[in-house]
Amino acid sequence: MGRITLDKVSKSFGDVEVIPPLDLTIEDGEFTVFVGPSGCGKSTLLRLIAGLEDITSGQIRIDSEDATNVPPAKRGLAMVFQSYALYPHMSVRKNIAFPMKMAGIDQAEQDKRIDAAAKALNLTDYLDRRPGQLSGGQRQRVAIGRAIVREPAAFLFDEPLSNLDAALRVGMRLEISELHERLKTTMIYVTHDQVEAMTMADKIVVLQAGVIEQVGSPLELYERPCNKFVAGFIGSPKMNFIEGKEAANLGATTIGIRPEHISISTTEGQWKGTVGVAEHLGSDTFLYIHADVSPNETMTVRVDGEFSARHGDTVYLTPRAERIHKFGADGLRIE
Amino acid sequence: MARSIAPRRKAINTLLAWSIGFLIFFPILWTILTSFKTEATAIANPPVFIGFDWTLENYQAVMERSNYGRFLWNSIVIAGGSTILGILIAIPAAWSMAFVPSKRTKDILLWMLSTKMLPAVGVLYPIYLLFIRMGLLDTKIGLMIVLMLINLPIIVWMLYTYFKEIPGEILEAARMDGATLREEVIYILTPMAIPGIASTLLLNVILAWNEAFWTLNLTAAKAAPLTAFIASYSSPEGLFYAKLSAASTMAIAPILILGWFSQKQLVSGLTFGAVK
Ligand SMILES: Nc1ncnc2c1ncn2[C@@H]1O[C@H](COP(=O)(O)OP(=O)(O)O)[C@@H](O)[C@H]1O
Ligand SMILES: [Mg+2]
Repeated sequence: MGRITLDKVSKSFGDVEVIPPLDLTIEDGEFTVFVGPSGCGKSTLLRLIAGLEDITSGQIRIDSEDATNVPPAKRGLAMVFQSYALYPHMSVRKNIAFPMKMAGIDQAEQDKRIDAAAKALNLTDYLDRRPGQLSGGQRQRVAIGRAIVREPAAFLFDEPLSNLDAALRVGMRLEISELHERLKTTMIYVTHDQVEAMTMADKIVVLQAGVIEQVGSPLELYERPCNKFVAGFIGSPKMNFIEGKEAANLGATTIGIRPEHISISTTEGQWKGTVGVAEHLGSDTFLYIHADVSPNETMTVRVDGEFSARHGDTVYLTPRAERIHKFGADGLRIE
Repeated sequence: MARSIAPRRKAINTLLAWSIGFLIFFPILWTILTSFKTEATAIANPPVFIGFDWTLENYQAVMERSNYGRFLWNSIVIAGGSTILGILIAIPAAWSMAFVPSKRTKDILLWMLSTKMLPAVGVLYPIYLLFIRMGLLDTKIGLMIVLMLINLPIIVWMLYTYFKEIPGEILEAARMDGATLREEVIYILTPMAIPGIASTLLLNVILAWNEAFWTLNLTAAKAAPLTAFIASYSSPEGLFYAKLSAASTMAIAPILILGWFSQKQLVSGLTFGAVK
C-alpha cells in the first residue's frame, strides 16, 4: 500500500517560505509527476515526503498513519537520486543488498531478490563491479535496483534521468514506466521536463514557486489548462499566446492556441504572417511565423508531414475555433 | 608541435621536482652523514661528503650518555596520546561542520585557524603558570593536552575538507535505505572517510613528534621527549656536531620510517580534493 496525503504542508528555510501550505493526495499505485521550472520547490516537496527535510507546518500521512515525525528510514519509501548516490566503496551486489541488510532480511531471500532485480535491470554481469566502473545508465539501474529490492510502499524519483544523454533518457523512461506497470507501486517522479511528465504520468502536479497550479491527468492539463502558466508549460512546442483586439473579440485578455491546432495555407486564412524559420523534420514541419496578430512574439505552427515554405514567404493561419483557450486578466481560464 | 613540446616539458618538470625534493631533503641527509663522521671530520673545511671513514662511535657515545629509550617512549606517548585525543574531538567537530553547517561554520573554522597565527611564545607565560597551578609541568598528560590543542585547528580543518567531499546525497540514500545514524556512520561514512582520517592521524603524529617549543619549555626530566634529547646535545659542552647529528638522526628515525611506509597514504590524503 502507498497512499500519501499532504495536509497543509509548508516549508520555510529560515525566513524564506519555499512551499506555502499545500494539500495533495497521491493515490495508491498512482504514477504522479511533479513538474515545474527549476527552483520551484519540486525537490523540496519530494524531500519532505521522504522525511529528509522536516516540514515547517502541516501533516504528512502515509496510508492514513501520521508520518510527520517518522524518520526517513522508517517511512518505507525508496528514493532514487539525480546523482544516483550509490555507495562507491561497495560492489553493485552490496549496494543493492544494503537496504535488505538494514531491514534484517535473511541471506537466501536477499540473494533471490538481488538476482531477480539484476535480471530485470540487465545487471547480472556487473554485480561484482564497483559503481565507479559502470556507465551512467548502468549506475541509474543499480540505483533503481537498490530501490526495488526492499519492496517499498512508494518510490520517489528526483530527476533520475537528467544526468543521462538524450538517447538513454528515452530508453530509461520506458523502463521506469514498465517497472510501474509491473509493480503497480505508487511512484512520485520529479522532473522539470514536461515531455517526461506527459509521457509517464497518471497524474501531473504542476508547481510554480512552491504553489500547485494544477493537478490532473496529462490530457486534462493539455486540453483544459486552468491558467496561462500551465497552458504555456505543458505541451511542446509551447502554446502561442495572443493579446489585444483578437483576444478582446472573444471576451478574453489573452487567448492561447497550440501550434498543432493552427492550419496554414499560402492563399487564405484568418491571420496573415511571414515565415521566419521553417524546420523540416520529415514527419512534421515547424514554422516560426511573424504574424500581424502577435507583433511581439513569433507564432509557432506545427504541420503534419512536409510543408514547403521558406523564409519570407507569406502565409495565412487559421486557428481551430474549438481549440482556442481563453484567459482573463488574472491569467485564469475563462470557460 | 604540441606532441614534441609535451615530453620535453615533462622532463623539465621532473628534473625540477627532483631538484627541489633534493634541496628539501639535503639538511636531513647531511645530518645523517655527519652522524657517521668523527667530530674532526664533521667540522672539516672543505666539508667531506661521503669519502670519510664511517664510524658508529657517536651513536655509542650518545647511547652511553643518555637514556634514548626513555625519551623515545615519552615521544611516542605524547605524540600518540595527543593525536588520539585530538581525533576524538576533531571527528565529531568536523562531522557537524561538514554535514549540519550553520551560518557561522565558516567563521568558526577561520577563527580556529587564526589562533595558529599567534606566536606561541605570546601565551607561554600564562600557560606556564597554569601548568604550575595544575601540577601539569613536566608531565606527559600536560604535553598531550597542549599539543592536542595546538594541532586541533589543523586537523579539524583537514577532516572538514575531507568530509565535505563526501556527497550528502549518499548519506541521505543510506537514511532512505533504512540505516540508523549509527549504521550510517559505520557502514557508509567511516569506510568512505578512512583515507582522510588515516592521513590526518599521520600528519598529527608527525606534527606532535616534531613540536619543539612547548615540549622544551614545559618539560624538565621526567616527561622530556626526543626534542629535548636533541637539545641536550646542542648547548652545554660546546658544539659536538657529530654527536648532535647522531642524536638528531635517532630522534627523527622513527618518524622518518613511519612517513616512508605511509607516504602513499599521506600524499593521497593531502591531495584528496585536488585529484579526486
Ligand atoms: N537547504 C536549503 N536551504 C535554503 N534554501 C533552499 C534549500 N534547499 C532548497 N532551497 C531553495 O528552495 C527553492 C526550491 O528548491 P528545489 O526544491 O531544489 O527546487 P527544484 O527541485 O524545483 O529545482 C529554491 O529557491 C532553493 O534555493
Ligand atoms: Mg530539484
